[in-house]
This record gives sequence, structure tokens and C-alpha cells, in this order.
Amino acid sequence: MNFTKESGKPRYFVIELIKMIEIKDLHKSYVMGENSLHVLKGIDFTVKEGELVAIMGSSGSGKSTLLNILGMLDEADKGSYYLDGKPIKNLSEKIAARYRNKFLGFVFQSFNLITYKSALENVAMPLYYQGMKRNERNKKAMRYLEKVGLADWATHLPNELSGGQNQRVAIARALASEPKVLLADEPTGALDSTTSYEVMRIIQSINDEGKTILIVTHEDDIAHMCKRIVNLRDGVIIKDSKINQVRTKSATHV
Amino acid sequence: MFNRDRWEEILEALSSNWFRTVLTAFGVLWGIFILVILLAAGKGLENGVKADFGDIATNTMFMWTQTISKPYKGLPKGRRFSYKISDVQAIKDNVPNMRFISPRNQLGGFGGSNNVVRGLNTGAFNVYGDYPEIIEQQPMDITSGRFINYGDIDEKRKIAIIGEGVKTSLYEFGEDPLGTYIKINGVNFIVVGTYKKKSQGGDSEEDQKEIYVPFTSFSQAFNRGDRVGWMAITAEDGSSITQLKEQIFDVIKQRHTIHPEDDRAIGNFDLYEQYSRIERLFFALKIIAYFVGTLVLLSGIIGISNIMLIVVKERTKEIGIRRALGATPWSIRGQVLLESIFLTIISGMMGISLGALVIYAINKVLDASGPVDMFSNPSVDIGVVITALIILIVSGLFAGFIPAQNAIKVKPVDALRTE
Repeated sequence: MNFTKESGKPRYFVIELIKMIEIKDLHKSYVMGENSLHVLKGIDFTVKEGELVAIMGSSGSGKSTLLNILGMLDEADKGSYYLDGKPIKNLSEKIAARYRNKFLGFVFQSFNLITYKSALENVAMPLYYQGMKRNERNKKAMRYLEKVGLADWATHLPNELSGGQNQRVAIARALASEPKVLLADEPTGALDSTTSYEVMRIIQSINDEGKTILIVTHEDDIAHMCKRIVNLRDGVIIKDSKINQVRTKSATHV
Repeated sequence: MFNRDRWEEILEALSSNWFRTVLTAFGVLWGIFILVILLAAGKGLENGVKADFGDIATNTMFMWTQTISKPYKGLPKGRRFSYKISDVQAIKDNVPNMRFISPRNQLGGFGGSNNVVRGLNTGAFNVYGDYPEIIEQQPMDITSGRFINYGDIDEKRKIAIIGEGVKTSLYEFGEDPLGTYIKINGVNFIVVGTYKKKSQGGDSEEDQKEIYVPFTSFSQAFNRGDRVGWMAITAEDGSSITQLKEQIFDVIKQRHTIHPEDDRAIGNFDLYEQYSRIERLFFALKIIAYFVGTLVLLSGIIGISNIMLIVVKERTKEIGIRRALGATPWSIRGQVLLESIFLTIISGMMGISLGALVIYAINKVLDASGPVDMFSNPSVDIGVVITALIILIVSGLFAGFIPAQNAIKVKPVDALRTE
């Protein structure tokens, strides 16, 4: 903390924001038969608490690979990765599962809800893996469903909901475990622009509450609704800049 | 591991494709059903055959005399000889672990002429001169009165114990035979008891048509002197008559001046040997039943394993999602294993129940239609059922093991690929 003192009393202070994600010199290559595909070629990248970062790039630029590594779904060949100050390296599957559950929330392009479970059960699933009691779990899941405006749809199965609704359920699920970081892989990729904005509005409002969020996208308008854009090309960051966030229109419009 | 959510997930997974689940379960059901039925049929056959032995002490040998086949000490071959009553004591003195040695004499026999008379009724019956111990070797229920005792032997009382079959052919219905006289080969005996033998099978009717009188009275009344027709010898429970009988033969051969290597002079029927042969046969049958049943079961198990593999494949994506949400490998593995064990046990129990039902039905039919030769009361004991259950649980584990390994080999990132 830095204090600016005036007559012995703090007038204001600036909190040095915690580095949520810190990666250094990250390399990843896929071996396919005799060919080796070098996807990430030394990425250095830091995300502080409360940031809303868009990772952009054409397909094959390595953005999804980066997100998978950040999500501990994949492991880097080389380089360091700290999540909330904890080194993520050579984790056993059990620890990785716990970290994923505690620190990360995932939102996927194809929603990845479990088809035979209701919206509420889907949202409660990460809590189940935390070992939370049934009642408590359902109560909490309900709160998050309310938050994304789907409380009335709690008992519906994913195939009874629209794409936008499904993605909102997925966001509620990602939030339910109160993760440090939300990772979204093309969250609007399967949605039309109206529902895309609806989803982005929710993401922005979560971010306003202080949640750190990373979004992989190739859509410019979506990227500009974030606070910072990281451009990837051929496995390296070519541009990393803060932008003026475009706010989505208020809910009455949607 | 056994919380409500787990079971809900299992039921959801299994009920998501009912038809397939039922078909798969049928494989195991059929296997365990075959196993149970085979074992029960084997048991039924065993019960049937062993019932023919009745309650006869199976550690018993019957021994009679035959023509001597080797010249010895100046005596020619082709002689005949008889056991003497003193042989009994000699065997007792020289051979260890003898439980009962019953010398017997006999009148009549299968298809013999009428030899017993009471008033106007006559009949052809087997008449035995016996010692009291014979009732231990060939058990019978004394339905009225008493059996032979040593008082009868010592005083050579002319008493008789008649079978229920004798009673029905010599007496009016409802008449009490006790205290009445019957004439056996012209000699009067007083009836002091009636018996009924429990044996069944082909001889069961003949078995009730016998008359037992004291050995000493028999010898005197029918001029047998000190000769003995044949002997029923039972060894102590710990030792087998099959091993002891050579010693008995040696004693007899020595006392009757028979060549030690003359195997044809003494005829014998070794019940224990027959019995052990049958025991071995049924043991083999049981092994075959287990073998065949287990193989059939195995194909059912493989079916379950196969389906679990498919289920895991189908749910690759779901497993990936769960992994991303924080499912540990063990919770995934446990889920697959529990599903497989659950399916195996449920279908196995149904197979056992179905088997039990069929056995019950067979027993009902057997009861209704009367005894069948060589087959009675097919059954499986609780031990077999428990063994089957253990086999089921273990095989359920095995069936689930490979699919469970496959399930955790799924990398979340591969499972979640959108393409």
C-alpha cells in the first residue's frame, strides 16, 4: 500500500491490485505424428484482479490453447504460471481438480451443460464437487440463477432453454463456486448478436462486482466491451492495450 | 460414496437407456441363473442318489464267503467255508477302530418261497438273525414295541420284530401285532416290535418286508450252529473301512487256512468305497456346474464391461465437463465402478431369485407327483448364494475397472473440443 500523507492522516490510498494471473515465457507445442506444431511461442502476460480481458486472434493463433492452459485443462511445455500467487506446475489430477473447482469458472462456446440435468442441478454441480450439502447447494445455485435472471427456469432441462438462456445458466454455474477467475471461451460464439449482448451485459455486471474475467473471442464488438484487449498472432502477443469499454445497453432493451 | 446424489446419478445414468440396461442386465441374470440351476440340479441328483443309501452308516462293509480259489497248506482249492461266531471276537481283538461287527444269518431272499405263517395268512419274507447293533448300521424307526436287546441274545428268546410291510400282509387292518405269534419255517416267534425303514428308491417296499430275530435264537431254531452267514462291519468315524478291510481279511484267512493271496475267497461290498465314489462324482459335477455357470456368467460380465465402455465413450464430453467443474479422478472412477457393480448385483440378484423360483416350482411339482428315482429336493444352500454374490461383486468391479480407467484417461481439454 502506498500512502500519501497529509498532516499525519491518510487522505486516500491506492491498493496495489493483486496479480490474479501471471505467466512468463509460456510455450506449448502439439506433436502430430512427425510434425510438431508450435502453438504458443513465449507468452508473457499478467492479469490483475478485477480486469476484464479479451484475448483476440485469428483461428490458430493459440488463443484457445492459452485459455486451456490458464484453465488447467492443458499443461504448458515450458514457462511459469501463477494463479493467485500459487504456482501451477506438475499438479496431480486430484489437486488440479480442486484448483479448478476453487479458483476457476468456465464458460464455453457450446455451453457444455449436462443435458439430463435441470438448470438448477447444472448450476449446483461445482458445489456438489465441493462437498456442499444438498439443501445449501440448491439454495446457493438458486441465488445465482436469480442473478442471471433465470430463477423461473430452474427446473427446465437445457434443451428446453434458448441458447442465450443456456449460456446464462453456464455463467451461473461458473460463478456458483465463487471462483477467482472466470474463463470464457468464445462465450457468444454460438449466439446471435442480441443474445450475445445480453450475455455480455451479464459478464460486464459480474466484472463490475470485481470478478476477474478472461474472454477469448474473435468478434471485435465483443472484445470492445472488455477493458483490455490482448491480440495474439502465431503464438505471440502482438498487441496488449487498455481500451475504453463499450457498455451494453440496459436490460430494458434486451 | 453412498450418498443420495451418487445414487441419483447412477439411476439417472442407468435409466437413460432402459432397453440397453435391461439387455445388459439379462446377460448377468442368465449367467447366475444357469449357475444356480446347475448347482441345484446337481444337488437334487446327489440328494436322490444319497437317499438310496438311506441312513445306513456309510463307513460300512458287508462281507460274505465265496469259493476258495487257491490250494493252501495241503488243502485243495474249490472248498467252501463259513464264518464262525468266534471270528467276530477275533476281528475285534486284532483290528483297531472297529465300531460295530454284526454277524448275520438270513432266511429267504428275493423271490423266495413262503416261509412265514400266521393263521391263514402266509408270506415270503427275509428273516434275519441279528445282534442289537444292526439298528445302528441300518437305521430303522421302531414304530411300536422294541428292538432286539442283549437279554434276547443271551437267553435266546424267540422274539421277532416285523416290518410294516409284514404287518400289512399278515394282520388285519388296525390289528395290534404285539404279543401275537408268527411261525417262521415252522418255529413260533412272538412279535415284540414293528419297524419302518426310511430308505426310498427301488428297494423301499422290500425293505419293509423283513423280520428281525435275535442271532442266537435264529442259529438254534434254524440249525446254524456257530456258523455266520455274513457280516456287516462298521469302522469308527475317524478311519475308513476301505483301509481297514485288508486287515480283517487277513484275520479271516488265517483263521480259516486260506492262502494269504487268495482274493476270491472272501466277497465283500464296500459301502464306503461306493459312497466315496459317488461323493467324488458329485464333487466333479459341482465343479462342472461352477465351471459352466461361471463361464456363462463371465459372458454376462463381459457384456456389462462392454456397455460400460460404450457408456463412458458416450459420456466423454460429460466427463470432461465434470472434470472442468472440479470432479476428481476418483469421483469419476467411483461413479463408473459403482454403476457397474450396481448393475451386476441387481441383475445377479434377479437371476438368483429367478433360479430360486424355478427350484421352488420344481420342488412343488416333485412333491405333487411323488418321489422320482435318483432326484429329490434340488436346492442351493445359503453358502452358494453368498458365493455367487461375492462372485458378482468382484466381477462387477472387474467389469467396471477398464471402463473406469478409460473414463479418467479422458483429458478434459479433448472432451470439451467443440468440433
